[in-house]
Amino acid sequence: MPRLDHIRAKLNAKLTPTRIRVVDDSGRHIGHAGARPGGETHFIVEIASPAFAGLSRVARQRLVYGILAEEFAAGLHALALTTLTPEEDAQRPV
Amino acid sequence: MNTQTENNPAFQRIRGDVEKNDVVLFMKGTPVFPQCGFSAAVVQVLTQLGVKFKGVNVLEDPEIRDGIKRFSDWPTIPQLYVKGEFVGGCDIVREMYETGELNELLTTRGVAVQPQG
Repeated sequence: MPRLDHIRAKLNAKLTPTRIRVVDDSGRHIGHAGARPGGETHFIVEIASPAFAGLSRVARQRLVYGILAEEFAAGLHALALTTLTPEEDAQRPV
Repeated sequence: MNTQTENNPAFQRIRGDVEKNDVVLFMKGTPVFPQCGFSAAVVQVLTQLGVKFKGVNVLEDPEIRDGIKRFSDWPTIPQLYVKGEFVGGCDIVREMYETGELNELLTTRGVAVQPQG
């Protein structure tokens, strides 16, 4: 299973998101620090979940990083993360 | 923090850096030559705000590169500290800059800002 699917499955299971978008962005980082020949190192993740309510930005991202700790240990290098509550997500300019 | 981490030499150096300098950016490369797009983005924000900061190049120092991730409980670089407090990585810094919160945080902590342009 590609890492993208692992990431989405783990976040879906733990955060019950109202919206989730995971994009493998590794191709744009080829040759950069942290890039690997096999790719799957850099992802864009946008999640709206009630689990983020009342949490600071740092706490929200730590929550996501904690859920994905195994992926980081296995070569995941960086995420571009957007973490919103469902209410914040609804107010987001499209 | 337990005794083991208190005595960790990397942690002691990191603690020294974030206590001695108002604003510290743990980054890949240097402020003049960032070697990662995320680090470059944070340098750009700090430059826009006209903030003096110390850049710590983690690529030059494996002990710090590994240590800062455990020190902050944060798996990625860059990492920004203001007055000894962890602020966040690239996404958070950029977002706080756009909403004006970063400027406000620096000002309330007594760090001089001189927004450019």
